[in-house]
Amino acid sequence: MNIAWYLVVSAIIFCIGVTGVLVRPNPLVILLCLELMLNAANLALVAFSRMWGNSDGQVFALIVMVVAACEVTVGLGLIVAIYRRRMAVNVDELNELRG
Amino acid sequence: MSAVLFFIAAIGAITGAVGVVMLRNPFYSVLALVGHLISLAALFLLLRAEFVAAAQVVVYAGAVMVLYVFVVAYVGGADEPLHSPGGALRALAPLFALAVAVELCIALLGTGLTAINSRGAHYVFGFGTPRQIGQEFLTTFLFPFEVASLLLLMSAVGAVVLARRRRGLEGTDEFEDRFAAVPRPAFTGTMAEGAGIRGGAGTTSRPAAQERPLGVSSGDPR
Amino acid sequence: MSATAFGWLILLFPLLGTGIISFGYKRLGAAAGWLASLAIGLSFAAAVGALISLLGQAEGHRELTSSLWSYALTSGVDARLGILVDPLSIFMALVVSGVSTLIHIYSIAYLESDRGYSRFFAYLNYFVFSMLLLVLAGNFLLLIVGWAFVGAASYLLISFWYRRTTATTAGIKAFVINVLGDVGLVLGTFFIFRHTGTLDFLKTFHVVRHVFPHDGTDLVVGCLLLLVGAFAKSAQVPLHTWLPDAMEGPTPVSALIHAATMVTAGVYLIARMHPLFEHAPTAADVGATVGCVTLLVAATIAIVQVDLKRVIAYSTMSQIGYMIMGVSVGAYSAGLFHLMTHAFFKALLFMAAGSVISAMGGEQSLDRMSGFRRAMPFTFLCFVVGGLALSGLPPFSGWLSKDDIIGYLDNRGGYFEVLGILGYVGALMTGIYTFRMIFRAFFGEPCPEARELREGHLHHPESGFNPGTGELEDTDVGFPGPEHHIAERDLAMKFPMAMLALLAVIGGVLQIPGVDRGVSRFLSPTFANSRLAAIDPSTGSDWLGLIVGALIGLAGITIAYRIWVARPATSSRLEARFPALHTFLANKWYFDELIDALVVRPALWVGRFAETVLERGVIGGGVTGSSTGLVRAASATVRRAQTGFLRYYVALMVVGIGAMALYFLIQAT
Repeated sequence: MNIAWYLVVSAIIFCIGVTGVLVRPNPLVILLCLELMLNAANLALVAFSRMWGNSDGQVFALIVMVVAACEVTVGLGLIVAIYRRRMAVNVDELNELRG
Repeated sequence: MSAVLFFIAAIGAITGAVGVVMLRNPFYSVLALVGHLISLAALFLLLRAEFVAAAQVVVYAGAVMVLYVFVVAYVGGADEPLHSPGGALRALAPLFALAVAVELCIALLGTGLTAINSRGAHYVFGFGTPRQIGQEFLTTFLFPFEVASLLLLMSAVGAVVLARRRRGLEGTDEFEDRFAAVPRPAFTGTMAEGAGIRGGAGTTSRPAAQERPLGVSSGDPR
Repeated sequence: MSATAFGWLILLFPLLGTGIISFGYKRLGAAAGWLASLAIGLSFAAAVGALISLLGQAEGHRELTSSLWSYALTSGVDARLGILVDPLSIFMALVVSGVSTLIHIYSIAYLESDRGYSRFFAYLNYFVFSMLLLVLAGNFLLLIVGWAFVGAASYLLISFWYRRTTATTAGIKAFVINVLGDVGLVLGTFFIFRHTGTLDFLKTFHVVRHVFPHDGTDLVVGCLLLLVGAFAKSAQVPLHTWLPDAMEGPTPVSALIHAATMVTAGVYLIARMHPLFEHAPTAADVGATVGCVTLLVAATIAIVQVDLKRVIAYSTMSQIGYMIMGVSVGAYSAGLFHLMTHAFFKALLFMAAGSVISAMGGEQSLDRMSGFRRAMPFTFLCFVVGGLALSGLPPFSGWLSKDDIIGYLDNRGGYFEVLGILGYVGALMTGIYTFRMIFRAFFGEPCPEARELREGHLHHPESGFNPGTGELEDTDVGFPGPEHHIAERDLAMKFPMAMLALLAVIGGVLQIPGVDRGVSRFLSPTFANSRLAAIDPSTGSDWLGLIVGALIGLAGITIAYRIWVARPATSSRLEARFPALHTFLANKWYFDELIDALVVRPALWVGRFAETVLERGVIGGGVTGSSTGLVRAASATVRRAQTGFLRYYVALMVVGIGAMALYFLIQAT
């Protein structure tokens, strides 16, 4: 298949991820949608790497995976901490940064 | 043959993504994401990225998703009500995303990069193998490699600090006593205070614009 | 040593004196007074040294300058720390330092019990330093510096007893009027500098004839502004209102500053700037007229004053009027000679007045004093000597100096002769008020304090009081000390008074017409290029003037005797017959009220207006209010974007990304 198809799929997945972040109030699901977006980026990277024929894109995709793992770790830690404090696990109610 | 596989994997990925967004129970969302990841791994294989595909399955679908499952089990995720609040945003969000998607597609397909329309560069044996990726990591991309490991260490420490228990079992009122109900001293400059939402000790909530009358300067001799 | 080296020494000693006393007063204690007197004494010795050194030079080489440091020599400004040692400055330095030494010694006794003893001597030394700086200055810049310092010292000394509101008000009044004079002086300097391009005195005098046309507008304006400075410092009408109030200061201050030295700074200024004034006769005429008006106004007011020190203050104003008149019309040596003799007898009069006031326990009103003749013989003698010298009776020094001025005026003729006649009128009134003072204080039935003193006991009120308002005050710091010292009992007071009395008697020998002209000859190098100074009245007309002056002085004394001794009820009868005139004179010609209405009230109104309307309304409300209001409104608007909802922020980000992508897409087509 053409590389273009892969890129279109990546775009679609990215936009589905964006929709998810905007629509769901549960922070866990928001993080999942974040993962979707990162994966879409990974797909695009690997597709381009195939296009050019060197593996820079794949290396980059691996690093992205590492970063995603870290971010998930910390994010989930946050959610656990929030849950432990008996605050609502709902981004609409976690709005103290307002001002 | 590869076209058929591509379509199957692509539809699987998109279905998984849609599932993540649409399913009410967060647990099911996690499972949908796992499916999505595996489809993505198939796509990677089609693009001759063997090592990345393997890493995707082992690390991402294997480790990160398991972490998610644990947390979802702990935090719980009751089914969300069907018509939850957040009105305008819920209606407009798909529109924004659609707009961005359309723009991306136009950008991608209208690009001057002619190579997109090909199947990629000529395949060199060893492209995408662990051997080659490993060589790249330890020569050209050594610094990002080391920094990435440092990043992992930091996030591990951070997660431990964030989620630890402070002292034993917490009473129900401890949070209230320690955080929310303690009156903060006035004029300490919190954002909430500036907006008049949370006053300090002895102040009432009022908009910040009425704080001090004009013309009174600190050096007033009277 | 060269004359200029002596000149720097003249300045150094008082400066050291004030510095040492200021920083070491805790350890000095009572020695501060002696140290201060020593400092001024050394300064006087240096002045004598400079005199001798100067006289050792040839006639044409007696104008020496010396510069220690150049402040700025760029862009047409030559500002140097430079002094000018010439006969005029040495003359002034001798008078200032000599009289100051005697007054310092007097103060040692007079202020012995005052808590501010060391502070007084520090201020006094500082004053002498400033005055010497003023007279020795070699350029306009240093003159202005000395001028301003003298004003500051005067303020410090007038409000020396700072816990008295009358004293502090008087100090402020003196300072404000002095500052007005400072402004005139600086502006006048600028007007002259603009054309001459130099600040140095000798260079300015050299080029003034080439740069300005005769009686040119700029020069006249500049000289008039200099005159404003001179009038403010020398208490001439209309800038004179501060001098009577300045009597709030201790008596030595009145003796030094307001009789002998500071008020003569205006006279010195005009004499020093004589090339400018001779080239702008309009300004000189204004100076002469103002001097004449002042001497008459002050003399009339002195006749009805009740406070002893104020009588002497108005007398000072009147005599300075003579001097200003003299140096404005060209009688330079006569005017300066009168300055010298006036310093002697006026300081003497003030010192004696201090003695009488001490005997009265702080009371200064003539209404309460009488009959001190037997109780205080030495003080009485000093008063009589000073009074005779002031009234211009032979052979006292005042006779020769005052009539020297009037003789010159008469000689010049025309308008100046009129001024001279008015000078004689003033002399008559001088005799009247001087001896009114003496007769009232020393003749007649002894008052209770005098009777106490005759028995050998100095009257001592239990607590101090303000002689101006009568209110009770304590004797702590900021107020006069508890003890009072009179001349008969304190040698430190007696000695200076005796010296000054001696000088008042014999000081006239320096300039006897037909016999010698010591002062004129000494000062001639300074006034060498003056054509007015060259006019010399003949000896015959001089002696005629002297005889007329003596007769007029005697007439004044006789009138005073008739009114206040021979028929004691005469003064009250006269008062009853001319009540309006009496009130007018007693209220000092209503000058204070006039200045209050013309200047003070409008200034206060402007201040209040500026505060309420401009400060609060325009600046507070308009400028700061509008800008802060604007910022507050803007930030309130922008703050609405911070809702705290995560998804809202993400939505904004997505919209932003979409917009950017759209932009790039459109641009790429």
